[in-house]
Amino acid sequence: MSTVAPAEPAPARETGPLLSVDKLVVDYPGKGRGRPPVRVLKGVSVDVHPGETLGLVGESGSGKTTLGRAILGLAPVTGGTIGFGGRDISALGRKERRALSDDIQVVFQDPYTSLNPALTVGDILTEPLLVTGASDADAGRRVRELLDQVRLPADAGERLPREFSGGQRQRIAIARALTRAPKIIVCDEPVSALDLSTQARILDLFIEIQERTGVAYLFITHDLSVVRHISHRVAVLYRGEIVETGEASAVTTAPEHPYTRRLLLAAPVPDPARQAERRAARLEFAARQQAGAPTDGLSGTPAADEPTS
Amino acid sequence: MKTFLARRLLSGVVLVFVISSLTFVLMRLTGTDIARNIVGPTATTQQVAAKEAELGLDRSVVVQYWDWLTAAVRGDFGRSWFSGDTVTSSLTDKLPVTLSIVLGGLLLSAVASVLLGVAAAVRGGLLDRVVQLLAIIGFAVPSFLVALVLALFVAVEWGWLPATGYTPFAVSPSAWFESITLPSISLAVGAVAATAQQVRGAMVDVLRKDYIRTLRSRGLSRRSLLLKHALRNAAPPALTVLGLQFVGLVGGAVVVEKVFGLTGIGSAANSAASSGDSPLLMGVVVVMVTLVVVVNLLLDVAQGWLNPKVRVG
Amino acid sequence: MTLPMPDPAAATAGQPVAIAVPRRDRTLRRLLKDPTAVVCLSVLTLIALASAAAPLLTSYDPSASDLADALASPGGSHPLGADGVGRDVLSRLLYGGRTSLLGTALATAIAIAIGVPAGLVAGYLRGWFDGLADWVSNLVMSIPAIILLLVVLATVGQSTYLAMAVFGVLMSPGVFRLVRGSVNAVREELYVDAARVSGLSDTRIVRRHVLPVVQAPVIIQAAQLFGIGILIQAGLEFLGLGSTAEASWGSMLNDAFGNIYTKPLLLLWPGVAIAVTVAAAGLLANALTDVLVGGRAAKPRRHRKAATAAVAGATGTGTPADGTTETAEAADITEAAEAADTAGAALRTGEPVGDELLVVRDLRIAYGGSAVVDGVSLAVRRGEVLGLVGESGSGKSQTAFAVLGLLPPEAHATVGALSFGGTELSASGAEAAGDGMLGRRIAYVPQEPMSNLDPSFRIGTQLSEPMRRHLGLSRAEARKKVLALLDRVGIADPARVYAAYPHQVSGGMAQRVLIAAAVSCDPDLLIADEPTTALDVTVQAEVLDLMRSLQKERDMGMILVTHDFGVVADICDRVAVMQTGRIVESAPAAELFADPRHPYTRMLLASTLEDSEPRRPLTATAASEGVDA
Repeated sequence: MSTVAPAEPAPARETGPLLSVDKLVVDYPGKGRGRPPVRVLKGVSVDVHPGETLGLVGESGSGKTTLGRAILGLAPVTGGTIGFGGRDISALGRKERRALSDDIQVVFQDPYTSLNPALTVGDILTEPLLVTGASDADAGRRVRELLDQVRLPADAGERLPREFSGGQRQRIAIARALTRAPKIIVCDEPVSALDLSTQARILDLFIEIQERTGVAYLFITHDLSVVRHISHRVAVLYRGEIVETGEASAVTTAPEHPYTRRLLLAAPVPDPARQAERRAARLEFAARQQAGAPTDGLSGTPAADEPTS
Repeated sequence: MKTFLARRLLSGVVLVFVISSLTFVLMRLTGTDIARNIVGPTATTQQVAAKEAELGLDRSVVVQYWDWLTAAVRGDFGRSWFSGDTVTSSLTDKLPVTLSIVLGGLLLSAVASVLLGVAAAVRGGLLDRVVQLLAIIGFAVPSFLVALVLALFVAVEWGWLPATGYTPFAVSPSAWFESITLPSISLAVGAVAATAQQVRGAMVDVLRKDYIRTLRSRGLSRRSLLLKHALRNAAPPALTVLGLQFVGLVGGAVVVEKVFGLTGIGSAANSAASSGDSPLLMGVVVVMVTLVVVVNLLLDVAQGWLNPKVRVG
Repeated sequence: MTLPMPDPAAATAGQPVAIAVPRRDRTLRRLLKDPTAVVCLSVLTLIALASAAAPLLTSYDPSASDLADALASPGGSHPLGADGVGRDVLSRLLYGGRTSLLGTALATAIAIAIGVPAGLVAGYLRGWFDGLADWVSNLVMSIPAIILLLVVLATVGQSTYLAMAVFGVLMSPGVFRLVRGSVNAVREELYVDAARVSGLSDTRIVRRHVLPVVQAPVIIQAAQLFGIGILIQAGLEFLGLGSTAEASWGSMLNDAFGNIYTKPLLLLWPGVAIAVTVAAAGLLANALTDVLVGGRAAKPRRHRKAATAAVAGATGTGTPADGTTETAEAADITEAAEAADTAGAALRTGEPVGDELLVVRDLRIAYGGSAVVDGVSLAVRRGEVLGLVGESGSGKSQTAFAVLGLLPPEAHATVGALSFGGTELSASGAEAAGDGMLGRRIAYVPQEPMSNLDPSFRIGTQLSEPMRRHLGLSRAEARKKVLALLDRVGIADPARVYAAYPHQVSGGMAQRVLIAAAVSCDPDLLIADEPTTALDVTVQAEVLDLMRSLQKERDMGMILVTHDFGVVADICDRVAVMQTGRIVESAPAAELFADPRHPYTRMLLASTLEDSEPRRPLTATAASEGVDA
């Protein structure tokens, strides 16, 4: 494991953020001609420090995936800046963007479409090395190290992705992200397609890798319990805006913003008695919301329960 | 939906314009001495020159084209250089022939493809394999060969239907029907082969959809499930293919008309092209491309009616 | 000459298929194992060789006519006879093959040479070129090819090769659309995004990820185009266009047409040559599709926790059992489970006695010999909610579908006993029980709201159709009832939703519609398969509220299939935990959560993160974290 360069000394907050998103605005072109563009992110600001996990929670339509894609250079930035290591990376040319692949990597949600089914696992893992011009021997060695890090058998390199289960594929995707020892990995719902027991193991793998290598995560998810488990800090995204940011323990157990509270109260607890309490609390909260003045532009209607067209 | 149709209509007009321009330019830029062809090899140079002047061939291509275009927009396609008849009148005579066999072929292919495709998708097994085999045969045997074989056996050997000629509908509907049966079948064979396959594939896909299972869970009748819900959803891709097939159908008319001795637009195309009768050929091209555009527009309307996402934003 | 368009699927917008070509050596081997492909390849090779070797196979000049031999019958000096002007048919057939094959090869090559690069650029880079190329291709596709070829041949000269070159251009839009469609599909794949994030250049991405996907459909289409080219060329020559100096199959047919009444046999030879060549090309295309794209049907679907995952896993085409760390633990648990089973410890009082609505005994479901449900027994009482819990591949959804009778035809189900409200059902479930059972007394709520509404019909129509059928309501009565029902399930504007198409409503609303549909005929039993999995958590809570209140109000029995213990805790009275096709533990909900007995249940409950400790802030842990060396 010595080859993974943890290098950095214990990350300290004083060094400033590794990634700093400031007032980010992203518009997508409207469907059909003449339709106005859709504003997906409306001035989002978040920071991620070295070695830290920032959990980004939101429901469908909140813009959480778009934020991740904008950081990765896969979504168009309309306004605001994305700072990485002190420089703005929101409007880089193709070539400059490619150079960033050393530092910024990704793990996607769907372990089935994020690996090319026609390539062997070895080919997939060495893909990020194509750019660096590593020798075949080096690449082979790196594949073995990576497989070991994510607890896959050494012979996995010769096999095709379809020979692996969802959890194992996600391990492959994590290994690929680690190939060039990045400083930050954008994790877009990496465990939500997995079974419960697999999900817990993959999360623990993420934590273990972070503790060993000092990599930072922007961990995007819709699940408050996942975010509580893995994040140091949490940001809550609602309809393209950050409504609450704070320490994970605070945000996921005693949220301040009504939306976060609603999110928390809506998640069912695996215990009938406590779930009955939570349900009662949720209904009471909803009734109060409806009666009282809606705070922060939050209406009683659920965010996602709106026509899609 | 309206803007969608307007766009398609505009595309159609552009298509007619582009193809006719291309034809015009091709006809004019080739070195063949048309005036000499018309007046004959024994004519004097002066006679040739006079003919050229009469036809306007001594002017620049651009001017000639502009004249043609402005007249054509008013519906005047000029006179055939050889027969002297107006193009409009000679095409008006011929259009019903081609229209009958081409639309007959389209109707036949639509009906046969739906029947075969649905049956193959639902029944599977032997029937499915038979349809696949028919599709290959329909693909492999050119329509004029089908036409020749049909003419040879059905018409000549067995004498069931006329081998040549066309009877207008107004003269005798039954004779009209008999005269277009074989040509329509010949034209339809290839289109059925391709479209039935498409219907089959689309039906198989749709029948695997979640919503079909959910509809089944509501205890709907099999007939409603297959013919109302599944077919409705399988129809759009099949219609797209049918539209493309129709383009081939129109082209096929040229060959099939020759086999059955029909004097339609197709045979006019053939003779105009070989003699170099520019005004007639231009007229033929405009009519044929317009036919394609109109039928495709109708299919687009059907498409929109079938697909609510096109119809209502 | 109707012109069969190549690959109709490709011409249809919205259904491009991205399939990567498996590695070449394997492809070739699989192709050679396919008898159809071998026969077709042999036939085409034979025809090509015979045409190439024409001078060796016949001593006749294909255009030398000998009027004395006109219309000679086969045999003697002319093995296949002679045509109307006394030319040897065999030699014309052989030499004609040259013209046909070469001309068609030219057309195919041109179509591909234009279509592939244009499709790659348009699909990958998009932008203005994409718009323009799409427009042009639409235009060219609506040109009747033969008309344009007539014009070209009439004006530019009687050259077969020129005609075929133009034909190649006319066919290129088909190739273009196919390639563009494939590129568009693969472009959306996450692995292309991953490659981009890895810093690969566009050319490299195209070479590595896009080209292999484009390759298969293009090869298939080339075979189809080849067949079409032969047809078009024959048609042109039949019309008397194309080069008259060279022999060709089409011109032979033209000659045969002239003598059709005196010597119909002349039609046979060129007719057979054309049909066999084109059929071989077409069948080869089909065989290639099977070999290159064969994985399409077996490709596991990617629904979240989809029922199909169970099927795929069981049939060995999809997810294999989790290996390594995952299997090791699973094996331990299975062993422990078996021990527990024999001790009878895991099965507790949960089974209801008497007044059961639904009783299932010893249900078994297999796909191609491998079992996905292996001896499941369960019972549901009126007014009771049974949670069927398990991970993907546990067989929970398959169990539900078996009761409904909605298993796919490949499934083989047997059952010890299956009775509903006192009626014995067969192993084919409720659907086979005839009218008045499925949709009337037993209803189903699916998982994915959007994919479970028929996109072509208004929501109101979809809701009233079963009511009119089962309850014999008139159109107006059904409409009234549907509107009331939509209001009941919490839809604010029933009239609008009644008239809406599925794509006009949100996922949460669609799920309410599906629930309304399920309860519309007052069923006794509701079977819900992961009804909230696809929904946001805030919407899930409301949908669960709705289901609970409907269930109470109508005193329905309910089977709720889920993987989420939170959902179970929220709504279920009793729970059955499934693992690899068996129920390992069944108990009243409160008991199961308080005291899970089976190790697998314990493992699952331990995996829920709901009660896990929040991670400590980084500053507090910085001293211990992040440093390895």
